Amino acid sequence: MIVSKTTQCYHCGDEVSHTAYEADGHAFCCLGCQSVYQILSSSNMQQYYRYNTHPGKKKTEASVRYEYLDEAAIADKLIDFKNDEISVATFYIPSIHCSSCIWLLEHLYKLHPAIVMSQSDFLKKQVNIRFKHTELTLRGLVELLVDIGYEPKITLQDVIKEGRKFSQKGLIAKIAVAGFCFGNSMMLSFPEYFGMGAFEARYSEFFGWMNLGFALPVLLYSGRDYFRSAWQSLRRKELNLDVPLAIGIAVLFVRTAWEVLSTSGPGFADTLCGLVFFLLVGRWIQERTYHHLSFERDYRSYFPIAVTRLGEGGAKPVPLADIRVGDRLLIRNNEIVPADAILLNGQAAIDFSFVTGESDPVRKVLGEIIYAGGRQTGEAIELEVVKAVSQSYLTRLWNNEAFKPYERNFRTFSNTVSRYFTVTLLGIACSVLAYWFLAGDGVRAWGAFTAVLIIACPCALALSSPFTLSAALSIFDKNRLYIKNTAAIEQLATIDCLVFDKTGTISSPSASRMRFEGSLLPHEWEMVRAVCKNSSHPLSRELVKWAGEGSSESLSLSEYREIAGKGIEAIVSDYRIRVGSASYTGAPGNEKGSRVYVSIDGEVKGCFLVAQPWRQNLGLVLGELAKECRLHLISGDNDKEKAQLCSIFPPQADLLFGRLPIEKMEYIQSLQAKGHRVCMFGDGLNDAGALKQANLGVAVSDDINNFSPGCDAILDGRSFVKLPRFFRFAKDVVKVIHMSFGISLAYNLIGLSFAVTGTMSPLFAAVLMPLSTVTIIGFTTVATHLYARKNQLIKS
Amino acid sequence: MGVIFFLIGCSVFIALIFLAAFFWANKTGQHDDTYTPSVRILFDDEVEEAGSTPTERSEAS
Repeated sequence: MIVSKTTQCYHCGDEVSHTAYEADGHAFCCLGCQSVYQILSSSNMQQYYRYNTHPGKKKTEASVRYEYLDEAAIADKLIDFKNDEISVATFYIPSIHCSSCIWLLEHLYKLHPAIVMSQSDFLKKQVNIRFKHTELTLRGLVELLVDIGYEPKITLQDVIKEGRKFSQKGLIAKIAVAGFCFGNSMMLSFPEYFGMGAFEARYSEFFGWMNLGFALPVLLYSGRDYFRSAWQSLRRKELNLDVPLAIGIAVLFVRTAWEVLSTSGPGFADTLCGLVFFLLVGRWIQERTYHHLSFERDYRSYFPIAVTRLGEGGAKPVPLADIRVGDRLLIRNNEIVPADAILLNGQAAIDFSFVTGESDPVRKVLGEIIYAGGRQTGEAIELEVVKAVSQSYLTRLWNNEAFKPYERNFRTFSNTVSRYFTVTLLGIACSVLAYWFLAGDGVRAWGAFTAVLIIACPCALALSSPFTLSAALSIFDKNRLYIKNTAAIEQLATIDCLVFDKTGTISSPSASRMRFEGSLLPHEWEMVRAVCKNSSHPLSRELVKWAGEGSSESLSLSEYREIAGKGIEAIVSDYRIRVGSASYTGAPGNEKGSRVYVSIDGEVKGCFLVAQPWRQNLGLVLGELAKECRLHLISGDNDKEKAQLCSIFPPQADLLFGRLPIEKMEYIQSLQAKGHRVCMFGDGLNDAGALKQANLGVAVSDDINNFSPGCDAILDGRSFVKLPRFFRFAKDVVKVIHMSFGISLAYNLIGLSFAVTGTMSPLFAAVLMPLSTVTIIGFTTVATHLYARKNQLIKS
Repeated sequence: MGVIFFLIGCSVFIALIFLAAFFWANKTGQHDDTYTPSVRILFDDEVEEAGSTPTERSEAS
């Protein structure tokens, strides 16, 4: 029987290699996909498959146990609201990706009558579910979601909800008020600008009062942040850009009030409102963040919420925070060791890949200490906690250094310029004041003094950085480099030293290459394939994919056994086949490296070697990067791949192996002490300290929704090739900022030349201010896109 | 021309109503999710007919 190669799984779109799974004439790649389809079709929800073809996602991770959700203490923390009948809970579901997902998650009531309503938020990848907790427990609800392929990500961080709510609502309200006042005061100022007859003077007075009324909320409500910020910066004995802005706003208001009260002129109310409005829009653009990416996830999002504690009353899930020293814990296959503990019972094979980057499980003997963060592979083990969760190795590593705010260790260009700008501006204003006083014209002196402060108010200057950087940010975003904030782009441009981690960073976990050493006859190949097909272990799946070709004639399989952490065994047409580790198959080899041995009837036939798969064009990328930066590789792994890496890295690069996380951090510190500006590329918690220490920490990840530790940017693994272009573009962006500063300074000089003579009219200010703003916005947007095109980051 | 005071008063009053409406919308979170509603509105209404399966209906439409 030949299966056409183009058959795709009806649910997830993966290629179907054999037709064992079928329902209603649709083919499925695995049991998981088929069962999701059957659940949906039994509730008459095939519509899910109509909005998009293959909307599902294959279940990749081993299932988690959700008993802990039955614990009231834990469940209550996850539930947003609860009354006698109804509970409301919000889940973060990373697999939301298309309109079918929205449809399915909003029609959950069809699957279970206890679900009253569910609403999804696509951008935040959240679903809010209202359900009757008398009929459906929280655990039941979560398991239902898991069953249909939408596994919610429930982590410790969801339970300890702190400092996660970031809202721009206050700022938007301020923009609305400023915009409202801007529009109205501009309308009321038009008659004045176009000229009014003498008989219309009473209108002029009325318009003036109205304008003053509109300026008041802008000054007191919309613009108050600028005064606060200016005051704070003065107290720190610094001069940021908000100081001249605050002075400008204050002077504008005082002069407007004076002119209106003394009926000596129309005032500058529209300029004041417009200024604050544009400034706030700039600030809003600067503060926009990605909802779908969370840079603030820390080690807690990696830890489980609860662990199984063994007590007098048997095994019982308890919240992580309640774990005390001396508690006995039961850790099952695929569960994480939450605290440093001693092994009491069982075969421990701990996968520390998240902590050290080493992918091979580490075996531990009874009585040995197991550090927190490892994932048990194999049978359930019993542990005794020796250190509280907050004191363990991982947590200490994370808390090693206080979070670094940008303001502390990085001066943005606009910060640097603003110091000189403010001093110069005040100098000019005062000398103008002195000049006209000495000339004996007191009225003109004050007029010129205020005019200088008004016209030189660095509105365009304040906007040039945020607009350029946010345009750049969206270009990086499109190229799958997600940068935390705008300041990090300026940081990116200054980097002269790159440090790479190995596993997961320059090697890609998804594109592994396999090699077979030994000899297998064609029919033996078939048998190995048939055995591996039954296993859900990632290596088995890899093996089946790699061995892919061949007839799919089904061989009879019996006595199938899978021993977690060791291997699989089955009898296929009277041969006993074992696939697994060296000790399991009886091979003499060592356990180093990712090797999968095959034995048939006890005779070792050879082994599969899983080679470290380097990212595409790695050598090319590194070669190009080496032209401008020094390269370093620092790995927690042993040096078994040193020779290979030496040939990929340029000769002047430093390669270091077998480093502890803390040593990585110290290495970066020593580079910084030499005056280098370091960018660290890494993934995994073991890099967290180094990523935070570096001037710019970039987490390289193939799943951007994964935990990304203490980083300033997240790079999707697929865009690794674009790295040299990213660096060049960042430098160009800074160039654009410099140019736009030049343009806005030119506008300021033109304005000043009128202002110093004391002849500036309100109309002139009202035209010049928006004109310079629009020029800057237009210039930065166009220039940034041109540079992006030059660097081939957007298609022309 | 005294009517102009009344007209300006009216227009500012109406504008204030809109401003208040915006505040209300902002406060009740209507701008929180700017994408999902645009998808949601395109979902077909549920037609609970025994005889017609979704595939048949899609062919008919």
